[in-house]
Amino acid sequence: MSRRLGWPLLLPAALVLAAVLAAILAPWISPASPTTGELGARLKPPVWQAGGSVQRLLGSDLLGRDVLSRLLWGARISLSIALAATILGAVVGSTVGLVAGYYRGLADGALTKLIDVQLGFPFVLLAISVIAVAGPGIGVLVVVLAVGSWVGHARIVRGLALSLRERDYVHAARAVGAGNARILLRHLLPEVLSVILILATFDVGRIIILESTLSFLGLGVQPPTPSWGSDLRDAAIYIRRAWWTAAFPGLAIMVVVLGVNLLGDALRDAFDPRTVASRSS
Amino acid sequence: MARYAVRKLVHTAFVAFGVVSLVFVALRMSGDPAATMLPGDASIDELVALRKVLGLDQSLGVQYARFLGDALRGDFGTSFRHQQPALGLVLERLPATLELAFAALLLAVVVALPLGILAALHRGRALDVLAMGLAVVGQATPYFWMGLMLILIVAVELAWLPTSGRGGLAFLVLPAITLGTHFAAVLARLTRTTMLETLTQNYVTTARAKGLGEGRVILAHALKNAAVPVVTLIGLQFGTLLGGAVVTETIFAWPGVGRLAVQSIFARDYPVVQASVFVLALTFVAINLLVDLLYGVLDPRIRDE
Repeated sequence: MSRRLGWPLLLPAALVLAAVLAAILAPWISPASPTTGELGARLKPPVWQAGGSVQRLLGSDLLGRDVLSRLLWGARISLSIALAATILGAVVGSTVGLVAGYYRGLADGALTKLIDVQLGFPFVLLAISVIAVAGPGIGVLVVVLAVGSWVGHARIVRGLALSLRERDYVHAARAVGAGNARILLRHLLPEVLSVILILATFDVGRIIILESTLSFLGLGVQPPTPSWGSDLRDAAIYIRRAWWTAAFPGLAIMVVVLGVNLLGDALRDAFDPRTVASRSS
Repeated sequence: MARYAVRKLVHTAFVAFGVVSLVFVALRMSGDPAATMLPGDASIDELVALRKVLGLDQSLGVQYARFLGDALRGDFGTSFRHQQPALGLVLERLPATLELAFAALLLAVVVALPLGILAALHRGRALDVLAMGLAVVGQATPYFWMGLMLILIVAVELAWLPTSGRGGLAFLVLPAITLGTHFAAVLARLTRTTMLETLTQNYVTTARAKGLGEGRVILAHALKNAAVPVVTLIGLQFGTLLGGAVVTETIFAWPGVGRLAVQSIFARDYPVVQASVFVLALTFVAINLLVDLLYGVLDPRIRDE
């Protein structure tokens, strides 16, 4: 086990931890307010460029707001939304998948069809149709992102439940009188928990990108709330005059998603004996 | 093969029906289209009148039946902004979106397949580490940021290529790179994994034992069998590609369906949003049918499942 906890796990874990800490500590470590700018200090470059100052390490945006502070506060919004949507999607998807795979029958048939249909539908389009009517907002965003991610969980957990229900220990549990609820919660759920965790980790990365994409299009987090995606929307307009307003939020997204994805890879390798075996062969 | 094709056609018809229903659910359950379409200062009377015109005062069942009928006839209403049938507006822009999506796909395949194969052959060595490092970073980069940085560096600073619009090949390069990078990253990783698996198979050992050259072994034996998961991924990812096209088109002012959809949301041009979503979703369904049929050709075993 100790060999598995090497660099491939520690490095991405450190990246993710740093982002989470930035998000939690944003109110205390931000050098300036993320929403009120100094109009006298608009579009100031980062500290290492001519005209930059230590007060604004990463420069300021069009409204004179500190880019670093918006980045830190943006982490709060982007990560909270991603976490909420991931948990919602994972809980709903896994529950539906587990129950459908265990009980089979009509509901299972309907679920399989529904999964087929949703996978036949590009997610961004689904998001656009909902947001076009419901209007943009953080609540809508979380629900839409969860709707986009539950299918993955439902599909895989259902498949696992289908095979697990035929295992000897499940039959044995039933023979000694365990009810369905007990079998589901005590015998099946622990078996699929590691898979759910790995799927959810990859979801966080995907959802951060999707959230920032929707916010970039103006369909997600609305200004003046700081979010990496909506900051890039503004930055795109005056990118020729201020590269730093566009570079840093994107870099933040990339680094966090990279950390989360690598963490997912490491978790998968640690939990899945098959990949581990194929690696050492 | 004919029976397999018919089965896939039936399945596709079902998915298409489901997708249309899903559009209905997404559009009707998430709010009141009439309220979305009217300006903020509209009166209640105007709202009631518009709801009547759109048929929103009727029961959901009736609305659904009408929606299906309209969709079947390709009637999505008239664009408020352009005073033209919504479907026509969308179809006009479909070639531009397909051009972009296929260019991205082609670029991704041309870059990712050799990269994945080379990485597998040089497993654990510098080339493998470099290729997979690039892939992991590519996978973590959002489309729109990639696009912005390409505009900033290649189009603005270096002034090598145009920043936006559609025209000759020069206009296509940056949008295609933007849209194709993520897919290339995923594809390179999958190609590497699949190649590593096929290279340990007995038939590869046999081919080597018979004295075939390494090039022959890889191209004729390993690659052919690695094709199925790769083609599957292309089909699955095409949906992501169409979604990414929405963003890419917006950044590069590429006159496609995705940009039209986003503009229409802000213009409250509801019929056009509906028609755009519908057309893109059905395009994806059609591509998946093609991929399914291609499967049957690549791996005869799949036909009998």
